[in-house]
Amino acid sequence: MKDISKTIKKVDSDDKSSGKSKYISDYKMENMLHAITVRSKHQKAKIIKRTYPVLKEGYYIIDHTDIPGVNFVKMIFDDMPVFAENEVNYYLEPIALVVGPDKEEVLEIVNSIEIAYEIQIPTYEYTNSVINYNFTKGNIEKAKKESESEIEYTYNTPYQEQLYIEPQGMIGYFENNQVTLVGSIQCPYYVKAAVVSILDSEEDYIRVKQATVGGAFGGKEEFPSLIACHLAIAVHKIKKSVKLIYEREEDMETTTKRHPATIKLKAYMKDNKILGISSNVGIDAGAYIGLSGVVLSRALIAATGVYTIDNLAVNGDVFITNTVPNGAFRGFGAPQMLFAIEMFIHHIAKDINVEPLTLRQSYLAKQNDSTSTTGTFRDPIIMPEMLEKALKESDFIRKEKEYKQENSLKGIGMSWFLHGCGFTGSGEATHINAVVKLEKDKNDLVTILIAAVDMGQGVKTTMRKIVSNILDIPIENVIYNHPDTNLVPDSGPTVASRTIMIVGGLVARAAKQLKENWIDRNYQIFTEKYKQPSYIKWDEDNFRGDAYPAYSWGINIVEVEIDKNTYEVTVKEGWSVYDVGKAIDEQIIIGQADGGQLQGIGYGYMEVMKAVDGKIQQKNVTDYIIPTSVDAPILHTYLIDNPYPLGPYGAKGAGELTLVGGAPAVALAIEHAIGKKVTKIPVTPEYIMELMSNE
Amino acid sequence: MSKITFILNNKVVSTTQHPTVRLIDVLREEFDYTGVKEGCGEGECGACSVLLNDRLVNSCLVPLGTVHDQKIMTIEGLSETPQGKLLIESYSKEGAVQCGFCTPGMLMASHSLLNEIPNPTDLEIKIGLSGNLCRCTGYNMIVNAVRRASKEGVGLW
Repeated sequence: MKDISKTIKKVDSDDKSSGKSKYISDYKMENMLHAITVRSKHQKAKIIKRTYPVLKEGYYIIDHTDIPGVNFVKMIFDDMPVFAENEVNYYLEPIALVVGPDKEEVLEIVNSIEIAYEIQIPTYEYTNSVINYNFTKGNIEKAKKESESEIEYTYNTPYQEQLYIEPQGMIGYFENNQVTLVGSIQCPYYVKAAVVSILDSEEDYIRVKQATVGGAFGGKEEFPSLIACHLAIAVHKIKKSVKLIYEREEDMETTTKRHPATIKLKAYMKDNKILGISSNVGIDAGAYIGLSGVVLSRALIAATGVYTIDNLAVNGDVFITNTVPNGAFRGFGAPQMLFAIEMFIHHIAKDINVEPLTLRQSYLAKQNDSTSTTGTFRDPIIMPEMLEKALKESDFIRKEKEYKQENSLKGIGMSWFLHGCGFTGSGEATHINAVVKLEKDKNDLVTILIAAVDMGQGVKTTMRKIVSNILDIPIENVIYNHPDTNLVPDSGPTVASRTIMIVGGLVARAAKQLKENWIDRNYQIFTEKYKQPSYIKWDEDNFRGDAYPAYSWGINIVEVEIDKNTYEVTVKEGWSVYDVGKAIDEQIIIGQADGGQLQGIGYGYMEVMKAVDGKIQQKNVTDYIIPTSVDAPILHTYLIDNPYPLGPYGAKGAGELTLVGGAPAVALAIEHAIGKKVTKIPVTPEYIMELMSNE
Repeated sequence: MSKITFILNNKVVSTTQHPTVRLIDVLREEFDYTGVKEGCGEGECGACSVLLNDRLVNSCLVPLGTVHDQKIMTIEGLSETPQGKLLIESYSKEGAVQCGFCTPGMLMASHSLLNEIPNPTDLEIKIGLSGNLCRCTGYNMIVNAVRRASKEGVGLW
């Protein structure tokens, strides 16, 4: 049997390289109108009065009064309006949309709209908790009582901007009695649900199609639903085609980012043993809740990282502030928590004078151990084998000793991490209920009908590879077009590292069905629906049970050198070992690993984004600095197979995992180089200077 | 209104648009070369890279007037050349294309680099591409692709 992991040519590579692939800004239609969003000039205010100019023929102002349905972006909580009505809660919150044929004139209309506000006092502190989750494991009170000492640290993580190179955008038009939206999106059915709700329409009044997506990283999970609602209201009203493409500044100032977080960890210690840990997590939602509750729950569940701690008390809050709403970003709460716990285990080791590696190893989770939520790690955990590989390839132990003695600012750091694959808890069964279809035409061409989006992660290739391998037909005979809600069933959103494991698993099952029932030159169609494995038990209210069906695991090692005068950090080299079950395509997974790790490393030492008085200060790539080719270290990536029985060919989630370990690895490398404890990211030269001068 | 004439992908073209219009807008909207991408509009991300007389420029920062009587090549032109074809193949073999939004600009930069230095070191490749941002790949596979093109394309550059 051929090894599925063996790399094949990516199906969309040449069209993308040669500029043929059509991204949303490349779409052209006759008489397409331009749209620009009218935004709040205040962080928190009441809207007292709107004065709209008299409009020339063909120009329109669309606002909340045009909404047939309920004025909320349908998500988990109905708290974010599509257009502000009587109040605004963050700077640049959308109030209206101006639409018309000439972009300059549209802009003039936007600028001539007068809105009278009654300014109110905004909040930027973590005081207004709108969601609190808490849970315990074991007996934390007993651990507290028996302990002889406590070790406590507070860790802070900042905003991170997804910075997909293609800004957000969408076009809308009216065709065959449908409001049709085409966009740079991760989740066609999220967009559809939001638009159905805002227009209060029948399902089949709305059609959503995907354009080639120029990067997403979570930033095109829920945010595009807002743009879609703006456009859909306009298209529904004026029945013309409208284009809404954000420029970079509008994108960076107004779209969702990674939640800043403050994480306070306290360990109860006795005889150099950790009896228990209590964690307190606060995340900044911005002005509306959006997905923040789910982000918080993923952070909380990751409270002990890869370690088994018997007694736990975990508490977390989502705080509302008058800033731009935060949202999905690769890792979804885990990068914040994993940074904290990885630094903490290291800091505990230093404080009790134990080798960090020894302390890590003594708490490393093993198969059948109890998870943070008292579920079970059912599948084999191969971290010891991965560790051996990582230590050997990087020569970690020798470098760790030598750099400490050398009179240079060289350092090496290592992070261990895991990522729960798929939706948290029973989300797949209760919220998503994925359906996939596989259709064979009379020429024996097989079409994969799913709503999953290729945003660069390679599913166009890997899905076809799964089907062509199972059916033993050439990959050219397998078709997988950009999803169109008129044609594909709802296989769920392209998020949560679920696409290969869950959707790919269903596609593989459908392919097996087709193979068993194959009739040459006949039309055939097979449908598969998600069924939750019966052993998965999850109590959502009490955070108890199996939070995820499976976990992927990783180790990152990063080497840095710091300039003695400027404290500028150079990341020299990186080594990683991953257990993603089984790679459907080795090169694609290594590409995910390289990109994810560099995004994580950037988060750890380079990427600075701040809000001052509720305004995002970094508005373009000139002031929000991400790693360039010169900043990128050589990355050595190794995969070790550990097939997951329910994944296609044993595959588990991979996309998010690869980001999660980057920040703690680089932060620990810097900590090693400078000999001072790092408790926040990004570890900038300014922060290093502060640490170095605090003798 | 006066006409601006230039050589675009080896063909003589002319436009009556205002000389201060951004070159990127003319290329994308009037000539439909949508392989030229806009990522930042500030000359920082490199997605709109084109060659102006064989020199790499960000077309979002070039006013149309400056290209009068000059030579412009976009990805659509490059991809028809032996160098462009080899770069496309090298990027594919090394897995250097993910979302693909930066890729046309990255190819223009790769070609420009190899024009100057046919046998670049890894550091020279990295410096040559440092004006082009990629958020997907971590750059390793892109550097490998340029190295591969340089090795396999002896005599092309």
